Amino acid sequence: MRLIGRRLALYALTFWVAITVNFLLPHLMPGNPIQTMIGKLTGTVTPAEIRSIRLAFGGGLNQSLLSQYFTYIGQLLHGNLGFSFTNSKNVSSILVQYVPWTICLIGVATFISFLIGTVTGALLGWTRGSRLDSLIPTATFFQATPYFFLASVMLLFFASKLGWFPPQDGYNIYALNLHPGWTWEFVLSALRYGQLPLISIVLSSVAGWMLGMRNMMVTMVAEDFVLMSIAMGLPKRKVIWAAARNAVLPSIANLSLAIGLVVSGALLVELVFNYPGVGDLLLNAISSEDYPLIQGIFLVITLAVLAANLLADLVYLLLDPRTRTEVAP
Amino acid sequence: MKSLRFPRSPKVIVGMVILGFFIFLMIFGPYLAPYSPDNTNFAPLLTPSAHHWFGTTSLGQDIFSQTLVGARATMVVAGVAGLAATMLSILIGISAGYIGGFTDDGLSLMSNVFLALPGLPLLIVIDSYLPVNSRSNSLIIGLIISLTGWAWGARVLRAQTMSLRNRDFVESARIIGEKRMRIMFSEIAPNLLPILASSLLFTILYSIGAYVTLAYIGLTSTSVWNWGTMLFWAQSNNAPLSGEWYWFIPPGMCIALVGTSLALLNFGIDEFINPRLRAGGLSGRQRRRLGMPRRQRLGFTPVVRSVTTAPRVSVQTQNPVTP
Repeated sequence: MRLIGRRLALYALTFWVAITVNFLLPHLMPGNPIQTMIGKLTGTVTPAEIRSIRLAFGGGLNQSLLSQYFTYIGQLLHGNLGFSFTNSKNVSSILVQYVPWTICLIGVATFISFLIGTVTGALLGWTRGSRLDSLIPTATFFQATPYFFLASVMLLFFASKLGWFPPQDGYNIYALNLHPGWTWEFVLSALRYGQLPLISIVLSSVAGWMLGMRNMMVTMVAEDFVLMSIAMGLPKRKVIWAAARNAVLPSIANLSLAIGLVVSGALLVELVFNYPGVGDLLLNAISSEDYPLIQGIFLVITLAVLAANLLADLVYLLLDPRTRTEVAP
Repeated sequence: MKSLRFPRSPKVIVGMVILGFFIFLMIFGPYLAPYSPDNTNFAPLLTPSAHHWFGTTSLGQDIFSQTLVGARATMVVAGVAGLAATMLSILIGISAGYIGGFTDDGLSLMSNVFLALPGLPLLIVIDSYLPVNSRSNSLIIGLIISLTGWAWGARVLRAQTMSLRNRDFVESARIIGEKRMRIMFSEIAPNLLPILASSLLFTILYSIGAYVTLAYIGLTSTSVWNWGTMLFWAQSNNAPLSGEWYWFIPPGMCIALVGTSLALLNFGIDEFINPRLRAGGLSGRQRRRLGMPRRQRLGFTPVVRSVTTAPRVSVQTQNPVTP
């Protein structure tokens, strides 16, 4: 419980840092980006909308930085992330449309890739020195390849050349009576269109889990308790399980770094496949310099990554009984 | 002085050769390019031929020349970012580990916050506010990338410094009355060298990824050719969808190969730090020649006689560094 409390405090602090960076950036950057943006917009959007944009950045020009900061935080607490002028909608109402796509895609992909990577990594570590070791250079190559490049290659071969998968979008947007919602046809279409992005993300991220797990497993196999369990005549399956259970702990403890990298990479995969998720939205926001939208997306991504971290901490607590003792270390 | 005790496994050799090749390209690439990368005089979308090894873009630019010229910016930014981030992590990691107490708490908290923040989205937000003329400046981009990439190295270095802090040689330096700075950077830092090297490689790997990604989404100046910009143009012309593989495969493969070489070198360092991993780095033939069993038996760490040039001061890692 202490552990979870400490982690929660850390994540709260991290989120606060993200909010503060988000607030300070436009105010401290040379060239006054907010003023430039509003200058460009005058005439194209209504004065009420300009006021709303200004409010989301912390209010007027004649206020001090500190009072603008409090206005900004107050707006955030009310769920007001600002107004996206390219879409003429509130940022939060746009995000509600896009976030579920991303969470489903990246969540499922990360889960699958962690599972496959950890299992193969444990086996590789156990059979170290055998022919299976030749997988390592291949895995290294996949690990070093940028997500979006691998996704482009997958798109080229499996969608464009072979035609096995639909190439772009999150569902069949050309079908006339197919609208986002919980209908059977729509879910099937979304599953079909999600396959290739999913495979790309798994292929890109699996090597990291695999290599990390292998290294830990190699170290673990040389531990006395493994030798002891073999000497006692435990079935091999149980020995591997015992070693793997210990070896997986650092892998989960390091999730915080990994999740950030996986999410960052996966966002770009969406872009390659024109997948209707946050990554694609972010790119459009960048190319049209829609700052309120960029900032809103950043906050949402941060929040999601922190939530995933917390989940990883809970799993860690479940797997490692040592962390559950209430005695202070 | 003894010869360098560097593990000479095939992985390390392959890594060195690939990296060497790309460093050569970084220095000489722009002079070797047959055409200017901006030259639009050729027919559009030519497939690879003797005249245009990698074909041409939809604007009729020579892709081979772009790849050669792009090596420099990509590698320079990654190098700047990697070095700057490693400096930061040395400064923060060693100080936190050696001084301890309140300083440690503060610095560790800071690195934990930076570890939990998703680096790339943060980079994108910072970069989107940069004025356009700063986006073409390699130094500025490199430094910004380094701001998001130092935390992991700092954490690893801190852990290792803490385990060295109370060793006898540090104790005696303290008793002699060495200054704190001197102890930290002349006594402790040299013992962190393998970890430092590994953290440097890892950070450069991260920086290449970050820079290429920024360029790919159009957040660096398109007047500077790098491999990410090439991918940006390929993507915005839908090259993967229309089967123009020669447009995006060359720059992508270059990035992947540089990354692989860095990761392979990192493997070498890992095996150097943790000898148990090392035996796994021998090929079957080598193992037979050395008279080792093909499958290793449990509980024994095989030690190869000819490779016993292991480090005297064994360095333990709490967190094995894996990219």
